[in-house]
Amino acid sequence: MTTPLTKAAFYDVDGTLIRTNVVHAYAYYAMNRGSVLGTLGRSLSTLASLPLFGAMDSFNRKVFNEFFYQYYEGLSEDRLITLAEDLFEDVLKDALFKESKDLLDEARRSGCRNVLVSGALDFTIRPLARYLGVDDLIANKMQFVGGRATGKVIPPIIEGANKANVIRDYCVKHKLQLDKCHAYSDSASDYAMLTIVGRPTAVNPDSKLRSLARAYNWPILDLK
Amino acid sequence: MRPLKTLKQLYDEESHITWQEKGSPPRALFSGEDFLLEDVPVGTRIISARPPLEGVPNVKAAIRWAINHPEGMEPLHALLRPGMKVTLAVDDISLPLPPMRTPDVRQQVMEIVLELLADSGVDDVHIIIANALHRRMTEAEMKRMVGERIFDAFYPDRYYNHDAEDPDGMAEMERTSHGEVVRINRRAAESDLLIYVNINLVPMDGGHKSVGTGLADYESLRAHHNARTIRETESYMEPKRSALHRSVERIGRVVDKNLKVFHIETVLNNRMFDGPVEFLMKKEEDYTEFDRLKFQSMKYALSRMPRAAKRKLFFNIPAAYDVIGVFAGATEPTHDKTLELSWKQYSVPVEGQADIAIFGVPYVSPYNVNSIMNPLLLQVMGLGYLFNLNRGVPLVKKGGVIILTHPAYDEFDPEHHPSYIEFFNRLLPETRDAMVLEHRYEREFAKNPSYVHLYRKGNAYHGAHPFYMWYWGENGRQHVGKVIVAGAENNHVPELMGWERTDTLSEAIEQARGFMGRSASISLVKIPPILQVDVR
Repeated sequence: MTTPLTKAAFYDVDGTLIRTNVVHAYAYYAMNRGSVLGTLGRSLSTLASLPLFGAMDSFNRKVFNEFFYQYYEGLSEDRLITLAEDLFEDVLKDALFKESKDLLDEARRSGCRNVLVSGALDFTIRPLARYLGVDDLIANKMQFVGGRATGKVIPPIIEGANKANVIRDYCVKHKLQLDKCHAYSDSASDYAMLTIVGRPTAVNPDSKLRSLARAYNWPILDLK
Repeated sequence: MRPLKTLKQLYDEESHITWQEKGSPPRALFSGEDFLLEDVPVGTRIISARPPLEGVPNVKAAIRWAINHPEGMEPLHALLRPGMKVTLAVDDISLPLPPMRTPDVRQQVMEIVLELLADSGVDDVHIIIANALHRRMTEAEMKRMVGERIFDAFYPDRYYNHDAEDPDGMAEMERTSHGEVVRINRRAAESDLLIYVNINLVPMDGGHKSVGTGLADYESLRAHHNARTIRETESYMEPKRSALHRSVERIGRVVDKNLKVFHIETVLNNRMFDGPVEFLMKKEEDYTEFDRLKFQSMKYALSRMPRAAKRKLFFNIPAAYDVIGVFAGATEPTHDKTLELSWKQYSVPVEGQADIAIFGVPYVSPYNVNSIMNPLLLQVMGLGYLFNLNRGVPLVKKGGVIILTHPAYDEFDPEHHPSYIEFFNRLLPETRDAMVLEHRYEREFAKNPSYVHLYRKGNAYHGAHPFYMWYWGENGRQHVGKVIVAGAENNHVPELMGWERTDTLSEAIEQARGFMGRSASISLVKIPPILQVDVR
């Protein structure tokens, strides 16, 4: 009989395990919309919105996500799932840091459940989760009506402080010790997720998180 | 009448002891990256290192002679067969201190051995740095250690750091008679011949410790790198009186039973400084006016420089060590020869213990080459190395006082010592008890995936390493009554260590005398260069 695991490692995905973010995913969908005109229109509007996305992301990740997911409105569920597989093969797999798998293996060997906690949409990340062999995936869920995306995310949106809430709930549900758990993120917007666990680690951190990690003596990893 | 030969011996044996008198000069001491020039009380015994022994006239000839006339084994060329699998393991950057001038003796040994291997038709050759749970050496450090020619030919596929956390990279042999796990690097374990190239600076290095520790993993090291074994170790510098070495020997014998190991051990003299800083090898009585001028200028310049720049400066001054002996062959007979010569260079006979011992702590320890001497490393220098540099009888009496001169700054290198930061800030405020720390936290740190990752892919010491540092100071902690850090720039570092602080050395001596009595005997050990007291 195997001993039940008492701790988990929670990973942010974008920028932490892969060198990409939701903007790339959306751009991929936009460029694969279907008709030539549709593709062109969506690609151009995405391109035009990039500076706005950047500004919003640095200002507030929650506002950014809510605003961003509106762009999915009208896309069919089947198409999104199919595209997610292609997205993984064409974009995410290559964007995965070479050392990400090592980190997950090391956590698994130390007796952790591996859990991805991402602000991306679940169907986008699922192929990656499968590839990495993680135990669980916590991600945003798109609302679908009549098989088409409404552009709205089923609350609570997984971001910022909510990441900490879902991690706590996950630990209660699975009888894990929060103070023995690890969390990995690249962004200061995940500060709550990092502080709620006993063993936070900054991965390829932005300057704000780097200074926080230095101040709180958290380890800093530079995944390549 | 005493014959001339005996007189000479008497002079040699006692020339390293000086008694501070009224007209004696002030003493030059290291205090981290700075120098101090301090008056010490009249009657203080100053213990200095022996003069450097003469190096062998031709190092390569000495290496060739050693591998052709080994102890307890056939000559190296007779062990080689075309097509065999050979691994060379070498000591890492923790030896010697500071790193020696190029060509490093390891390079000189390897140039000869690799040529011999090639001539014998041995092509399957790997070079592994036996860093155990130490940090990985950087590419530049690896290149410096073996020279450009070997580096270009072998790096990175056939010249690399040992990875004790590689799940496929370790091989387990049978356990020792005491149940100790014997697990070493798989490539080495599966080789037809393992050649270990060692540098011996002090007698605790080398012998069975080379393979049994340098190529081992956490599970194997746990057998002897623990608080209990350290407490049961009377003398680290005498393998026969060391519980740690007894465990390492049991492990080493299992290795020798399963694997043919040919050791090449090299002994260096203690010439740490030469050229413009050669005066640091002298007693203050022997300083010329020019030496005094140089010392004062260096002291002044250092006091005006940022600490990082001072470190850079010091680490850019390689040591001028000479090779004084090369021995080769089977583990034990080879190491016996090495120890004999090592004692000849480093042992300093001293009459009686002291109530108060003063040590100037330099900028470098085995674990912060090209890095920062953080508080845990200061602890290991004071209570680990400096306290233990003896032959079973410590210089300071039981319950006595150790004074360390060092700023005790709260600085850590997050690349090299990430787990030390957590150990210092999270664990030490909770307890200083080595047994409790080991029992409660060692495995957690050792298995922390972030620390494992930083050890494997970065240049970090393993998560278990700060614990080893703390255990290393255990005997010193149990033995002394008080530790005072003279010149500590803050209160909290000494307090977390359980020490006291003063601004100056004079105040520290006053405080120590207040503790031990006005007539307390004082000894000042001038380190570096390294020496070991042989208290009679």
